[in-house]
Amino acid sequence: MKSGKKKNYNFIVGGTITGLMLIFIIIGFFYTPYDPNAMDPSAKFAGISLKHLMGCDNFGRDILSRVMKGAGTTLSVAAGTVFIGTFFGIILGAVTGYFGGILDEILMRVNDAIFAFPSILLALVFISLLGSGTYQVVIALGIAFIPSFARIVRSEFIKCKNMDYVKNARLQGAGHLRIMFVHILPNTFTVLLSAIMIGFNNAVLAEAGMSFLGIGVQPPQASLGRMLSEAQTYLFRAPNYAIFPGLVIILMVLGFSLLGDALKREE
Amino acid sequence: MTEQKDILTVSSLCVSFQDRSKGLFQKKNRIQVLKNVSFSMKEGEVLGLVGESGSGKSTLAKAILGLIPYEGKITQVSSYPQMIFQDPYGSLNPAKKVGWILEEPLRLKGGPDSAKRKERVREMLIRVGLDEKFADRYPNQLSGGQRQRVCIAGALMQEPRLLIADEPVSALDVTIQAQILELLERLHKEMGLSILFISHDLRVVYQMCDNVMIMKGGELVEQGTVEEVYFHHKNEYTGNLLQAAGIHI
Repeated sequence: MKSGKKKNYNFIVGGTITGLMLIFIIIGFFYTPYDPNAMDPSAKFAGISLKHLMGCDNFGRDILSRVMKGAGTTLSVAAGTVFIGTFFGIILGAVTGYFGGILDEILMRVNDAIFAFPSILLALVFISLLGSGTYQVVIALGIAFIPSFARIVRSEFIKCKNMDYVKNARLQGAGHLRIMFVHILPNTFTVLLSAIMIGFNNAVLAEAGMSFLGIGVQPPQASLGRMLSEAQTYLFRAPNYAIFPGLVIILMVLGFSLLGDALKREE
Repeated sequence: MTEQKDILTVSSLCVSFQDRSKGLFQKKNRIQVLKNVSFSMKEGEVLGLVGESGSGKSTLAKAILGLIPYEGKITQVSSYPQMIFQDPYGSLNPAKKVGWILEEPLRLKGGPDSAKRKERVREMLIRVGLDEKFADRYPNQLSGGQRQRVCIAGALMQEPRLLIADEPVSALDVTIQAQILELLERLHKEMGLSILFISHDLRVVYQMCDNVMIMKGGELVEQGTVEEVYFHHKNEYTGNLLQAAGIHI
């Protein structure tokens, strides 16, 4: 509930940053000042100027255009990851939390085992099985993200399944699936939403990390992590090459984590 | 009153729960919650069930509703008994609007189309003494008494013939209690509902019920009409209960 007592600054600042980033990225889908992959040998390492607002990289590509496209790629990968994680996490958490018993024990121990690995490490294993590429990264990270969502959903289901309204629905003749997904699931949305925000952050960072290691998005496609990895060679010659993609990552993560925090407090 | 047929017959009902084991190798005990409970209920009767906390009142209700496993025999005429719960805060889904909550029983029964359902919900809201505008509100916007009215409305949507009210007023304050009891009494008369009224408040039971059963430690220690039980009780425990409630006869 929004109470007039104290303004939720996290919400305002987080919302503003996220909103601006989204506008930046959406514009990048339709319009970039230059073709992000067009090389201009005469503009190699061009500094910051009106012509190239963020300068140019080692091939003379416009960094602003590449950051715009790259942020879009990173965001899409993160969104895909979170979608896979949430979708399967909800199903797994709902089934284990609602039915409990031996199935719950088995699935949750497997879940714990997966959870014990750092998500990047786990994603590396999947990448080595699936090969590298954008779609493979989405799938690998998505699988690595399932356990955390499953846990959250499971604990909410355990809390709700003994409530009287669930008993009431059973008395009225509702089936298990209907109780799970129509009656209980909407009650997990507030918790789920802030978990999605945090998951989004982790996904952005994980994608950037994997692309930085060179196993994520493949060149010449732009991605923020990829750009950082290319920029490290020229860190002193062209610091702007590393600073701008890094700045965009920071703003993206900061915006989402402030929003997630604000949503948690609104509960 | 003419002799009416039984709407509910319970014979030698036993319910036991597994004791929660403290260790892996400890022997598990079964706790007998209901011991050989038998009674029957006439159509259109308001039957009171009184007993202290932990005497198995709610367990009996759950067994009748089929929510827990039991031994013995329960025969009911109506196939959809409904229940009103003690806590009006937990028995309405907080994520759904009142209108949705009231439509759900009709939807589950494969009832009429959306427009007709809304009409039924409107009628039922008015019947339980609420305004039709309540359909657009969420449960947390209602007071305890209003919530309990919505619960009653929800329980009546499938037109059950037997209603089980598990301490329907004990979470409410006294003035609201009286209103809810009045509502139940009116619905009982208007719709010919049979009500199994579970309570620990002897005064409320006296006001509401035709017959009453006293329960102690999972057993029915006394049953009969209200007059019989209140004025000519045979069991000592019933006397203690009446005395504790400040009813001196």
